[in-house]
Amino acid sequence: MSTTTLREEIIAKTRNFLVEEFEVDGSTIQDDAPLKETLGLDSLDYVDLVVVIEENFGIKLGAEDFQKVVTFRDFYDHIEQRIGPNA
Amino acid sequence: MSNANRVVITGLGIWSCLGKDLKEVEASLRAGKSGIGFDQARKDMGYRSALTGVVPMPDLKEKLTRRQRVMMAEECFYAYAAAEQAFAQAGIDMGFLEKNEVGILFGNDSSAKAVMESIDTVRRKNDTTLLGSGAIFQSMNCTVTMNLSTIFKLRGVNFTISGACASGSHSIGMGYLLIKQGLQKMVLCGGAQEVNEYAFGSFDGIGAFSIQEAEPAKASKPFDKNRDGLVPSGGAAALVLESLESALERGANILGELTGYGFSSNGAHISDPDLDGQLRALNMALNMAGVQADAIDYVNAHATATPVGDSIEAQAIDAVFGVRKPYVSSTKSMTGHECWMAGASEVVYSMLMMHGDFIAPNINFATPDEASAKLNIAAQMVEHRFDTFLSNSFGFGGTNSALIIKRYVA
Repeated sequence: MSTTTLREEIIAKTRNFLVEEFEVDGSTIQDDAPLKETLGLDSLDYVDLVVVIEENFGIKLGAEDFQKVVTFRDFYDHIEQRIGPNA
Repeated sequence: MSNANRVVITGLGIWSCLGKDLKEVEASLRAGKSGIGFDQARKDMGYRSALTGVVPMPDLKEKLTRRQRVMMAEECFYAYAAAEQAFAQAGIDMGFLEKNEVGILFGNDSSAKAVMESIDTVRRKNDTTLLGSGAIFQSMNCTVTMNLSTIFKLRGVNFTISGACASGSHSIGMGYLLIKQGLQKMVLCGGAQEVNEYAFGSFDGIGAFSIQEAEPAKASKPFDKNRDGLVPSGGAAALVLESLESALERGANILGELTGYGFSSNGAHISDPDLDGQLRALNMALNMAGVQADAIDYVNAHATATPVGDSIEAQAIDAVFGVRKPYVSSTKSMTGHECWMAGASEVVYSMLMMHGDFIAPNINFATPDEASAKLNIAAQMVEHRFDTFLSNSFGFGGTNSALIIKRYVA
């Protein structure tokens, strides 16, 4: 699987669970958009985000991981780093 | 108690196997329509009886946010639907709730599905974080009052009453006492009951359920000689209780007046009913209402269709009301046993009867036994105007509740 394909898969899965489970308007999910503000996340939402990330990508993110994530691009980068061939 | 506040009912809401609003439920009550069906999932899971009330899930996606819905166990969805109806009928909007101190007391005694699903997840994942944010708020017995008080911005009394199958009735009784004593002007009271394969397994396990599965609508036979147990069911019912003064100030449409609440504990066996305990609750309700037994026109019986339970209740009703013999029916013949919700839903059903001038039938009552033969059981729907009714609720642990409600007269 090429890196481009993996990234596309991450983006598609993320969009899917955010639209389906977080009921987010898909058009607001842009690479440069801020994740926290776009999703309107409070402390309890982060718990649910950890659950769907684990269900979809098989990895568990902690508070320290989210500190590094500002935009959706950062999020995709982080997931790719954790599950990609160099993980 | 001359200085005590009079307590009236100004709003009703219902979501049950008989219908999704007051109109649908009244039509079912008049028609003697059963809400019981067969759930194969229970059979596959090892239940003795797969009979259950068939209750649809309300779709609240357009009404509540995701965050609100994530916190809600199944029974909260039913309770929201019932509460929304009750507030609407009472003419209460969010503006009123934000400005006034309105309380909430609901009967609920389990949230088994939320608990079981959480246990399944944590056993599979070995990680409690992966339970998600809603698990704790769904798993507690007070899930209904926690959620509804937040959604409706209620700022008065706020707790859940767990009194087994009398929970819903006690919630109305406690709301009544708080208003009567002047501690609250308005309280949303009710009961909620989950309907799923996790909720009733242990109850099924003690052999309490009817196994007459061939014809689900005919399985629940309160007071009939051939009864063989109850049919579990659920949903939610809600009532707006308020002081007469508050209702008059608001110009509210007064639907009825709550005049008596009798309660007692058997202090005896954990599951067997007790005649003395029931009689003490019934007489306490009559004394509080300041009426003699002959003032009661209709008794909505607790009768769940268990052999022992119905027999003891029939003896209690006969002992108190035997001379005048008011109409008696158990709406559980149609609904099954709505457990934690039953005490509240049966007040709603009886209110619909009082306003519609009819007695709902005790369907499936064909052959009386020695005790029920002494009662005036309405086996068919009866067109009958009445002014005062009594609603019985009894539960495991020997908890008893009796409520007396009458047509409002200024």
